[in-house]
Amino acid sequence: MPRTFTPKVVTANALLEGDVVYLTEDDRWTRNLSEAELITDEAIAEVRLLDASRRQSEIVGAYLVDMVAGDNGPEPTHFREDFRRTGPSNYFHGKQVEDLSRT
Amino acid sequence: MYRYNDFDTAFLAERNAQFRAQVARRIDGSLTEDEFRPLRLMNGLYLQLHAYMLRVAIPYGTLRSAQMRQLAMIADKWDKGYGHFTTRQNIQYNWPKLPDVPDILDALAEVELHAIQTSGNTIRNVTADHFAGAAADEIADPRPVAELLRQWSTDHPEFQFLPRKFKFAVTGSPNDRAVTRAHDIGVRMIRNAAGEPGYEVLVGGGLGRTPMIGKVIRDFLPKEDLLPYMEAIVSVYNTLGRRDNKYKARIKITVHENGIDTMREKVEARFAEIRPLFTGVDQQMLAGIEAQFAPPAFRNAPVTAYDEARKADPVFRAWADTNLALHRAEGYAIVTVSLKKHGDTPGDATSDQMRLLADLAEKYGHDELRISHEQNVILPHVHRSDLPAIHAALKAADLATANVGLISDIIACPGMDYCALATARSIPVAQEIAQRFEDLKLEHDIGPLKLKISGCINACGHHHVGHIGILGLDRAGVENYQITLGGDGTEEASLGERTGPGFAYDEITDAIERIVRAYLDLREDEDETFLMAYRRVGADPFKAALYPEDKAAKKEKAEAHA
Ligand code: SF4
Repeated sequence: MPRTFTPKVVTANALLEGDVVYLTEDDRWTRNLSEAELITDEAIAEVRLLDASRRQSEIVGAYLVDMVAGDNGPEPTHFREDFRRTGPSNYFHGKQVEDLSRT
Repeated sequence: MYRYNDFDTAFLAERNAQFRAQVARRIDGSLTEDEFRPLRLMNGLYLQLHAYMLRVAIPYGTLRSAQMRQLAMIADKWDKGYGHFTTRQNIQYNWPKLPDVPDILDALAEVELHAIQTSGNTIRNVTADHFAGAAADEIADPRPVAELLRQWSTDHPEFQFLPRKFKFAVTGSPNDRAVTRAHDIGVRMIRNAAGEPGYEVLVGGGLGRTPMIGKVIRDFLPKEDLLPYMEAIVSVYNTLGRRDNKYKARIKITVHENGIDTMREKVEARFAEIRPLFTGVDQQMLAGIEAQFAPPAFRNAPVTAYDEARKADPVFRAWADTNLALHRAEGYAIVTVSLKKHGDTPGDATSDQMRLLADLAEKYGHDELRISHEQNVILPHVHRSDLPAIHAALKAADLATANVGLISDIIACPGMDYCALATARSIPVAQEIAQRFEDLKLEHDIGPLKLKISGCINACGHHHVGHIGILGLDRAGVENYQITLGGDGTEEASLGERTGPGFAYDEITDAIERIVRAYLDLREDEDETFLMAYRRVGADPFKAALYPEDKAAKKEKAEAHA
């Protein structure tokens, strides 16, 4: 039986600001996880990561992260990614306060 | 205090100019991240979970008020108005943007600070007793030695690519407040039977994945042999240390695998080789540095204002009882300003708080501030008659928490709220525990108790040497907190022992309360501290309190067999 593939999102940190970004279907980097492309095919995920990693003047440290489909786009399966999309829990800083519409 | 000479200033200006050009080349695309990463790390710039992080070295934790003000200015101009003081006496900015970092480094250089060697496999910021030059129990001020080591290790060509990072701590007092036994090299200033000053040298201590207590490699090193001997140790480690496995690369493993005797033989052999190369210039430099650390002119004045405030104001008295330490000069005290207000983030200070501390140091404290590895700020030289005014000013800035050395004076690393390596959060755990004991109004009853939290096995929160240690882990995708008991970071250093299975995020505060209540029940009297009680009774009573269901299950099993 083929092993099941957990859907993936390509994520990284922005080069200048250092904050968390996600790759969209139309190859933009978004700050907003709900706009990210949820990739359900393993081979495609690898190719998307390779292409994204080449965009060195925009981002740092691209990687694939497990996500599941939610009502409002991809949802993290691990608490680390939950913090990455939200910001720290001790202050109201980071993504939770920022205008996520800028890309 | 040490002031930069022309050489230091020129060196730093050149390094900053280099890094400015490197950042520009990264931004214009001529450097890839793989090429840039080692360069930014050499300058203390990390990439964390939500942003870049700049770690600025505060050599041996000593600051002038002008430096503290500049740190506040940087927090306002390029960060979010605060800074985080770390267990290595550094300050971290959690939100700098890459294009701003060259300007931040220039601003730091204006006040003789930098971020060099706060990362990478080099000799890191040299730490020292935060009461240096002030403590009543001190043999000698450790900072001149720490400064000499800083100058020797900064940009040392042989030691830029060690097998792994390398940390020094220096203490000049028999009561070890610098955790020298948990450092790669610990230097303890001592006197031999003839009364001559020298050093006891410890090697191979460290926390992290494989915690080890440092071992004595030389029980008495004459003063003039310090640098060649240090160079011999690091050079032997540079050759012998394992580069094949990151987890076995620290000198503690080198010492462990080769044995302290073999290590000593090799170090002595290398020492014999290089000793003649040290012609005494280092000792001249040390003498020059020592002159710069001459004690301030202490004044002789009545302390009536202090005595009266103690009598009149119970809040002041409570603060004075917990936050003051004995000073070597008559009429003086060492003030520890707690950055652990209940419910706040341990070690964080806002820019306003930093400015106030700078003002107080300037007005009352001979212009000196210290950062402790316990993430508090120290005013090392304060005349007791000034304490009521200082306390009032601190109170107005939310800095008068009277909890130094108590259970809410928690060391906590940034954990998964910031750190890219974390396996769980530490800050909110610290916040909740501190708040719990504040609500219970128990901590003054409990007395001295050091609680330390790390958000992963790297142990930046020193959990192994906490009387109570908490280690945050990721167990199958859920935060889980392991408890250790009986650790100690002083001259009697010991590593805490694990109690058993960990606790969930929403169980850990209750678990800590059960341990503390067990201690209150079993202590002989109020003078028996938590650590003393633990050493007397061992872990069992605490385990019984932590895992009551285990006990019940065992009993049931026993009954079934009866
Ligand atoms: S102990 Fe781990 S989580 Fe905490 S600061 Fe160190 S590396 Fe990060």
